[in-house]
Amino acid sequence: MLIKRAPDIKACEITPHAVYLRRREFLAGWAALGLGALLPQPGQAAPLDALKSPLSTAEPQTPLKDVISYNNFYEFGVDKDDPLKNAHTLKSKPWKVKVDGLVGKPAEYDLDDLIKDVALEERIYRMRCVEGWSMVIPWVGVPLASLLKRFEPQGSAKYVAFETLVRPAEMPGQRGVFQPLPWPYVDGLRLDEAMHPLTILAVGLYGQTLANQNGAPIRLVVPWKYGFKGVKSIVRISLTEKQPPCTWNVQNAREYGFYSNVNPNVDHPRWSQATERRIGEGGLFVKRRPTLMFNGYAGEVASLYTGLDLKANY
Amino acid sequence: MPAPTLTRATLPRLLFGRDPIRRSIYLVGMLPAVFTFYLGLVDQLGADPQKTLERTLGLWALRFLILTLAITPLRRLGVANLVRYRRAIGLLAFYYAALHVTVYTLLDQGLDLAAIWADIVKRPYITVGMGAFTLLVPLAITSNSPMIRRLGGAAWQRLHRLIYLAAAAAVVHFIMLVKSWSPELVLYAVLIASLLAFRLLTRRGRAAPARGSARAPQQAARAHSVRP
Repeated sequence: MLIKRAPDIKACEITPHAVYLRRREFLAGWAALGLGALLPQPGQAAPLDALKSPLSTAEPQTPLKDVISYNNFYEFGVDKDDPLKNAHTLKSKPWKVKVDGLVGKPAEYDLDDLIKDVALEERIYRMRCVEGWSMVIPWVGVPLASLLKRFEPQGSAKYVAFETLVRPAEMPGQRGVFQPLPWPYVDGLRLDEAMHPLTILAVGLYGQTLANQNGAPIRLVVPWKYGFKGVKSIVRISLTEKQPPCTWNVQNAREYGFYSNVNPNVDHPRWSQATERRIGEGGLFVKRRPTLMFNGYAGEVASLYTGLDLKANY
Repeated sequence: MPAPTLTRATLPRLLFGRDPIRRSIYLVGMLPAVFTFYLGLVDQLGADPQKTLERTLGLWALRFLILTLAITPLRRLGVANLVRYRRAIGLLAFYYAALHVTVYTLLDQGLDLAAIWADIVKRPYITVGMGAFTLLVPLAITSNSPMIRRLGGAAWQRLHRLIYLAAAAAVVHFIMLVKSWSPELVLYAVLIASLLAFRLLTRRGRAAPARGSARAPQQAARAHSVRP
């Protein structure tokens, strides 16, 4: 049996924790000196510590290279590889999230302050795209409920609305004559869906901060809904009494509803939703697999929809 | 002992036949299919290789359809006379459409005939796409000299006007399956629309008077393309 030897690291070579905690100032110092280019890509991927979660699936995870190269993020272009090519221009630091609407504590929060007191969790979730493909992604994030409670939702609040950044200078899809969607990209959840323990705001995946093309620095993940409900690069969270608009629903109401729960029995008007292709599994000869009700999370979330006609409320 | 007969003169002829350009069009035209399939085998087609292969083949079918349709306008406008290569380019369009349909039925749907039939009946974009492919089948079958002789020039020409419908259906199929328009899609739609509009306009223009004189060169050109 081969057992790798532990690496020899002298005690004096280990960064003291206090210095480690000040690593951003350290990086900022280098940047101020104009030496940022000498450092290996500081902004893109920083390691994150996260607790394991019983809500994670044990299914094989989609390779990182696929998770960061096959994306729908129309702010960076409509092709799947456009976000990887174009998202490097996004400056995701510093980042502010405006919280407003029916909350006791409306404010513009700095992202670091927003998540500093909440323990990060690893959530390995299935992700089903409305286009008929799926992935298994180890997200790192915080339950949305824990943040919402801090904002003190008012009794009249029934929905949560999310909004993506609009910054044409850094988002080529928002420039020029041909713009595929109206901006900002918006979507929303019912308050009880938002408070569900499965719903998270992700700040990373595969133990690292989010790559820009995956919605850096903070994005929504709702694993029982089609992927487009996962608003990326969030700059605003509003609590509302009325159902908030959703970009794809506004664009094409016949094809995309407010709920957009994964449902193999309700087809997209143009294609079947009964099966899906798991990315990174079998290459050219991959076989479709059956799509599961609520993307396999029926046990956890079906009770949210008792009495609701899921065919009419797609 | 065939080796000694392979002289410098006969080898190219063996490879490319009597019309080296025409043969090269087939060989070069099939390269995107071969190359894309190879990339798929060595896992270089991105995260969803099957879809990339399917889309790439479909796109090339559309591109070759556009090229086929462009040949008459190019000649009429005095740009170039490529009529003798139209059959090769048209057949390439059919080959790509056939490969596109094969990937869909065999790889994507796993030859699940019930699911394929359900798709054809229920999904308008599949209905239209399959319709476009079906229209190309009789054109491919009759794209050879014996069939042209058997049908006669006029009937053959009437039959081959189906390509207008097939091209329109192909681009509609493309439009129907995307979630939102891309510049590439707009380009193909505009190209096909203008190539079809060209037929409508020129047809009206030379309705009665110019018939005899306008037809003559066209017939000559066709006769030339028909020769084996």
